[in-house]
Formats: sequence, structure tokens, C-alpha cells
Amino acid sequence: MLANAFLIALREIRRNLGRAFLTVLGVIIGVTAVVTMVTLGQGTTMAVKSKIENLGSNLVMLRPGAGFGPRAAAAGVPNFTESDVIAIAEQIPGVAAIAPLRSNMLSTIYLQQARNTTVTGTTIDYFAINKWSLADGRFFSEDEASRGAAVAVIGNTVRDELFGPDDPIGRKLRIGSASFQVVGVLASKGQAGMGDQDDTIVVPLTAMQRRLGGRSSARDISQISISAADGVDSNLLISEITALMRQRRNLQSNQDDNFSVFDTRQIAETLSSSTRMMTTLLTAVAAVSLLVGGIGIMNIMLVSVTERTREIGIRLAIGATAREVLWQFLVEALTLSSAGGVIGILLAFALCSVLAPMIEVSFAFNLQINLIAFIFSAAVGIVFGFAPARRAARLDPIDALRHE
Amino acid sequence: MTTSRGNRDDLPGTQQLLIDMQGVRKVYGQGDAGFEALRGIDLGIRQGEFLAIMGPSGSGKSTLMNLLGCLDRLSSGSYRYAGIAVERLNAVQRSLLRRYHLGFIFQGFNLLERTSALENVELPLLYRGVKRAQRSSMARGALAAVGLAGKEANSPSELSGGQQQRVAIARAIVSNPTTLFADEPTGNLDSVTTAEIMNLLTHLNRERGITILMVTHEDDVAAHAGRTIHVMDGLIERDSARNAGF
Repeated sequence: MLANAFLIALREIRRNLGRAFLTVLGVIIGVTAVVTMVTLGQGTTMAVKSKIENLGSNLVMLRPGAGFGPRAAAAGVPNFTESDVIAIAEQIPGVAAIAPLRSNMLSTIYLQQARNTTVTGTTIDYFAINKWSLADGRFFSEDEASRGAAVAVIGNTVRDELFGPDDPIGRKLRIGSASFQVVGVLASKGQAGMGDQDDTIVVPLTAMQRRLGGRSSARDISQISISAADGVDSNLLISEITALMRQRRNLQSNQDDNFSVFDTRQIAETLSSSTRMMTTLLTAVAAVSLLVGGIGIMNIMLVSVTERTREIGIRLAIGATAREVLWQFLVEALTLSSAGGVIGILLAFALCSVLAPMIEVSFAFNLQINLIAFIFSAAVGIVFGFAPARRAARLDPIDALRHE
Repeated sequence: MTTSRGNRDDLPGTQQLLIDMQGVRKVYGQGDAGFEALRGIDLGIRQGEFLAIMGPSGSGKSTLMNLLGCLDRLSSGSYRYAGIAVERLNAVQRSLLRRYHLGFIFQGFNLLERTSALENVELPLLYRGVKRAQRSSMARGALAAVGLAGKEANSPSELSGGQQQRVAIARAIVSNPTTLFADEPTGNLDSVTTAEIMNLLTHLNRERGITILMVTHEDDVAAHAGRTIHVMDGLIERDSARNAGF
């Protein structure tokens, strides 16, 4: 009987393809929206996570102020000193490498090309801690670092923007008011959640302090990057560093930290939780459109029961039972909505393959969400098809046949 | 007050009646607001008869037809169809009785729009669960029997009124019913087409032995039937079988 109902329903749909399409348009749009949102949202989260892992997996960072968002750089928050760096290196076990950093947004000029870029002064451990590798040239040497030599290692974006096709190695580059010689080019890391990591110039910390520092706080350090030794729990490291810094700064137990210590995993979690929240919100909006699509199905099916009253009368007269009429309409709604689901999934697939490269996230087919979307659209058909189907099944054959 | 005259005692030479109605009443509505459309019908019809039911509008002939066609429930009385007590059947059982034993044609043809003649004729077979290949060949056979071979793919809008009624007849006979119910089958047709359709019905009645019950208000259409009953005010007022002295 079900197979029969299916056949009858299919013939009915074929008779009114145009109306059938309009009936399921809402479901198609809803499913497309939900699947696209979830797929791209997950792609974004995955992209953010993998790029942040590029920063270095066992990287722990120490920054002034609370948190690592835009509020972190609030005025009046003390920076770090070189004695902090030495204290951490000597007193905390499990520190494999430590690098003080001082970063500034500075104007850089090569010939006619100018660009504002993050310039970081640091020691040579920085490259290993942040997993930088070279595309060309070399890092600066221990000797250059201690002398404060005017040498620079530039990121891929800086190379492209300032030097274009020229080979930058050995060229003089103007940073702020000083002239630096380019000795190396970093291999590209691409976009992270926080922006273009390749838009950077790395110089020796001493060179930064002497030549580019400017005012009184020239010797301050704005960030300390630490890599944990293998097998060391970064959470333990974080709490030990926190305790040491609180002690060094004489913070009382009722005072909050005026610095923050965190690892890459925490950055990744914070960023991916915000993308996840966006995804959830957008998906909720899309789910509402799926619901509206279901109501659309019910609406048109109800109209269609009235419009097809005579046809129902014919079917009842030639021997269809009320149950068979119910099944016919139910199967019709189910077929329509699941076809809408399938079309929506295909559209979402097409949409994702176009959009994913545009917003630079990887596009992975997510079986789970596609399955959920399909089952949900089928359920929409059953739930919203039931009222019209029951109305059709309750028709009296004589009244239905008399209906004009 | 006339009493019904189609009593079985009036019909000599019948051991078994196909249709046997005794004291059938039909009341619409309830209590004082109720309207008694049929007020006690006794009617016996043998297998193979061609019966015309006539009467002015409001006489109860459509109600009688609906009861005979098992489309509606009687309020009281008894109705045996081929020995089955129809008044005791529930809606599903009446559906199945229609599906396997009865065929219907209507004044307005009542074909499915935008559906080929073949699929229209296949419709009753779908509900019978007939397999695809057999369904198609039975439907083609029925269309050929009504003279529409070659029109299988045409939809109702591509057929004339007479052709549409032939498709409806093919749909009604495709499942080999014992009885064909025709409700004003020529009401929408011109005189030439009317004659063609009536000849077709007469042919089906004679050659296939299908019992035909036809409602009509035209005397020349009723003339094709072997027997005519007149309904008036919910009662059978006249029965040609009785008058002819069977």
C-alpha cells in the first residue's frame, strides 16, 4: 500500500511540477541556508584553529594587562623588563626557550614604496619559539643581536609589498628613522584569526631599543614568548609564571593580575568559540527559514486539498479508502519536502564550493549536518503535511464529487 | 399514497437478485430539522439489467443512486448487494466493495486533469495493486473497447466531450465491475454524441453482461434502458418492469 501511495503521489507531483517547486521553495532555501552556514562556520573554526597552531604548539605568552583582546594594551599597565625575562628563564623549570619581544607599528620605506608594518624587536630564540622558517637569506646572528646591528628579517607580505619582484636580500630598508639591511625573508604562514602574520619585520631587540624605541620606556619589553619543554604541561607553566610575576610585582592577594599568561590553545579556543557563536546564531536564523518553509508546505497543501476536492471524490468513488487518501497526501508532502531537502543540500554544496575559496576557508563535506538537514526536511513534510492529509481523508465522497 | 412497486415478489423467474433493497429510508439532518429524502424504497434488480432512474430534481433519485452505489449509508431498511448486507458495512468495507465490484461515470466526466487517458484509466487498477505491465495492458484494452485506441497519451483537455466520457467509461469498466453506475452520463453532450455513448453503454450491457444503473431526466436516453423507474417524493412512483407485467 505504501508503494502504491508513493506511485500515486509521484504522478500527482508530476502533474503539477510548477506548483510542487513553489511549495518546496521554502524548504530548499532553508536547507541551503542551514547547511551552508554550518559547513562554512565549521570551516572557519577549523581554519582559525590550524592557523593558530602555526604560531607554535607549546607556546606560552606573557603580556601586560588582563586578557589578550584589544583591551589588553590599556594605558598605565606596566611592561616587562629584561630582569623579568632572566628571572623566568632561571627560576621556572620546563622553559625550553624564552624570547622578549617589543613590537611597534612603524612606517617602512623602500625606494618609492611605503607601508606601515608591525616591527618586532626580539632575540634569535623567537624564530624557533614561533616556528618561523626561512624562505630566503638567514636569521640575524647572536653577535648581531648583542651588538644591536641594524639588520632585519622580513615577512612575506612585506617582501611582496615593498620589494615586488626585486631580491630584497642585502637591500637597505628604512624603518622609522633608521636604515636596516634585509638579511632574510620568512616563509609564509598566512592569515591567522588575528590578521596577516606575514605582515611583519623582525629585528634584534637591542637594535629596536636603541634605534627605534623613541622615548623613556625604550628598554621596556611588551611581550615575553616562552616555549615549554617537551612533556611539560603548559597549564602548570602558566600558573608558575603567574605566581612568579605576582611575587616580582608585589601584588597582594586581593589585587588582580596586571599581566596575562596564556597559551595558543587558549587563543584558539577563544577565537573559535566566537566563530562558533556566530555560526550558531546564523544557523538559528536559517532554521527559522526552514520552519517557515514547512508552514509554506502546509499552506499550499491545504489549498491544494480544497482545489483537488473533486479529484479526491473521484478517488473515493472508485474505491480508495480514507486511509489511502491520507497516505497519498502524506507521502506527497513527504516526497516534496525531502526532494526539497536534497535540492537544498546540492545547492549548499555548490554554494560552499564557491564561497569557501572566497573567504579562504577549507570546505569539508559534513555528512552529519547534511543527514540532519535531510531528516529534518522530511520531518517537516510529515508534520506539516499531516493536517492537509487528514482534511483530505475526512472528505465525504458525495460532497467531494459535487464540489465545483 | 403510492407504495413502491419494485418488490421482488413482482419479479418472476429470479432466484437471486443482484440488488435487493427493502424499506430503505434516508434522512438528512436530525430531529425536526431532518429531511426525509427517501421514504421507504423497495427495489430488486437482477444481474444484467439496464435500469434508468428518472424523476424531477429533489425527487430523491440522486440519493437513491448514492445509496445503490454504496457511497452513502442508509438511515434504515436493508440493502443486499450480491448477498452482502451493505447497511452493515463500514466506510472501508464500502470502499472495497466499490473498488472490486462497482464502476462509476458522471455527468461531468470527472477525469484527472493534466493526466493522460491511459493513466486515468489505470487509476482504479492502482488501488487494486495490479502490477505495472498488466495495468497498462488492461487499461489499453479498456480504451480500445470504448473506441479510443491511439488516444492513450492524450490528456482530457485534448479530447472532445464524447471522448472524455469514453475515457470515463473505460476507467469504470477496466476492473470488470458487476455494476456500472451512470449519473446523467450524457447531460453535457450533444445529441449525436449522446447516441454514441448510449450505444456504447447498451453494447457493454448486452455483450459483457454488465448491469447498468443510470440516472437521467431525458426520455430518449432512458429509452435505451430495458427498464425505467420513476422516483417522486422519496418513493418509487412507477416501474416499467411492473407495468410491462414481467
